[in-house]
Amino acid sequence: MVEVINVPHTVSGARLKSRRALQADVILRWSLRVTALSMLAVLGYFFVRLAITAEPALSHFGILGFIFTNNWDVAHNIFGAWPLVVGTLITSIVALVLGVPVAIAAALYVTEFAPSRLRSTLALLLDLLAAVPSVVYGLWGVFILIPDLKPAEQWFSNTFSFLPFVGGQVSGPNYFIAGLILAIMIIPIVSAVSREVLATVPLQEKEGALALGATRWEMIRLAVLPRSRAGITSAAMLGLGRAIGETIAVTLVIGSSPVIGHQIFNQGYTLAAVIANEFGEATPGSLHISALIAAGLVLLVLTLVVNGIARGIIIRSDRRRGSIADKAVA
Amino acid sequence: MNTLAVTSPRRRRVDSLARWALLAGVVLALAPLALVLLYVLKRGVGALSLSFFTTDPTGAFFGDQGGIKSAILGTIEIVALATAIAVPIGVTLAVYLNEIGRKSKLAMTVRYFVDVLTGVPSILFGLFIYIVFVVGGMLTGFAAWKGSAALALLMLPIVTRTSEVSLALVPDSLREAALALGAPRWRVILRVVLPTALPGLLTGGLLAVARASGETAPLLFTVLGAQATTFSLGAQMNSLPLQIFNDVREPNPQLVTRAWGAALTLIVMILLINLAARLAARRNHLR
Repeated sequence: MVEVINVPHTVSGARLKSRRALQADVILRWSLRVTALSMLAVLGYFFVRLAITAEPALSHFGILGFIFTNNWDVAHNIFGAWPLVVGTLITSIVALVLGVPVAIAAALYVTEFAPSRLRSTLALLLDLLAAVPSVVYGLWGVFILIPDLKPAEQWFSNTFSFLPFVGGQVSGPNYFIAGLILAIMIIPIVSAVSREVLATVPLQEKEGALALGATRWEMIRLAVLPRSRAGITSAAMLGLGRAIGETIAVTLVIGSSPVIGHQIFNQGYTLAAVIANEFGEATPGSLHISALIAAGLVLLVLTLVVNGIARGIIIRSDRRRGSIADKAVA
Repeated sequence: MNTLAVTSPRRRRVDSLARWALLAGVVLALAPLALVLLYVLKRGVGALSLSFFTTDPTGAFFGDQGGIKSAILGTIEIVALATAIAVPIGVTLAVYLNEIGRKSKLAMTVRYFVDVLTGVPSILFGLFIYIVFVVGGMLTGFAAWKGSAALALLMLPIVTRTSEVSLALVPDSLREAALALGAPRWRVILRVVLPTALPGLLTGGLLAVARASGETAPLLFTVLGAQATTFSLGAQMNSLPLQIFNDVREPNPQLVTRAWGAALTLIVMILLINLAARLAARRNHLR
């Protein structure tokens, strides 16, 4: 990036500028700095208040006890978030397994194979997937996906019951449906970031591979993929971050059962969904509210860690070559 | 074109297989979009009528359930206030980052935390506003402006990021020319940088609006919802995503039909905002 030549006000320019104008500049600088600082302050306040409100539940059960106890029992005021954590992990992993290959394939096709006339249209359509609101995916999931997929799920469950976590009675809302909807919801971000990463592969290397007689696919395998592995990994991590935190669509299709299901076609719960569902019923100031906010805190830490890893991968590969970090965040 | 050297049939087969596999990826990725739009159209169109848009939900147990007037107006009000909060602050932050802070420690810290904010699940913004404004302090109770505050937190990083990018696209020669003519820095920013970057700022703002319009989670414990139309930002308010979320969970088929109709309305609104954003971007050759 080109640096602006920072014209010092004291040299040449100063004589032309009035004292008042310079004062205004100082005020501008400081008010902008104060805005920036106050944004940081609000964020800090955000974390502190969440932590304070979650504290009663966390100290009552202990931080580890809260996370690892497999018992979320509202009626008896026992709050162990393990079923929620497990549900969040299962649905997110299903989303990654289903969504990431599709998203990367789509990104590769758009950047390497699609005719140039179609390229921007395809990219636009992929981005529009993100424009559909979460609650609409949920609505679609409840009334279309769940009933339409149930026979297929039951067949799969019966036929492949020798696989781990498969077999037995399929319930309508379940981990798999939630994971499937999450997969759809993370495709746009994973494929958008992957496209940005793929676009940074130097043209000479691609042309070099082709000139040596490689087919398009060999060019992708030999020149494009090795160059973009780190970027694509962090795209997947960003997708994982999205999947972990997604609330409304999952709340509608997860089944809201705080007991860990035996197979992926069983009902479950996630951290975000339990907050969305139970917050309205909980009495303000109760242990229940505190536990829900503690669940929110666990959710926050999970997403921050995942996004931090994504950012770390990008920054590390960034040092080796051109800057793609900015694009990964949008 | 890559067959100058003779490519063996096997390699050619693998190549075309890969091409088809990747194309399948595109089809699989876009199929859900097509399916969702198809079903929302199919099930939603039947719900639409003049009275659907001009009556409030009745909340009655039997009989006529009413339309979505209060939900549409509520969404517009809540998002408008959120935009009025998030866009000025976001653009100011971007001006700071791009024009003043640049690579300074404070600027890098702000950039880092703006990144962090983009990754925070939206429901947590709702929780935060709930803790601070709904139960804590003097301003207790649910209100539309609290939902706007939660949405503003969600929009802030989007606005800041996109604005910073479009400010960075303003050529430095313009700034230098204005400075060389003796303009003070604030005037350079207000008269040269911001107007030049305006289409980009508009795109970023509109994308943030589109994103916020569809959000349900931040509104759940801040706005709570209502049946009647209200123009008081201090009162509980209805909104389209909330209406859909509540109607889906009711066993009444009339409400489910209304949910599809509301979903169609919401999607059309969001697509229009997206379209406007992209038109604004095209004028600036940003994308």
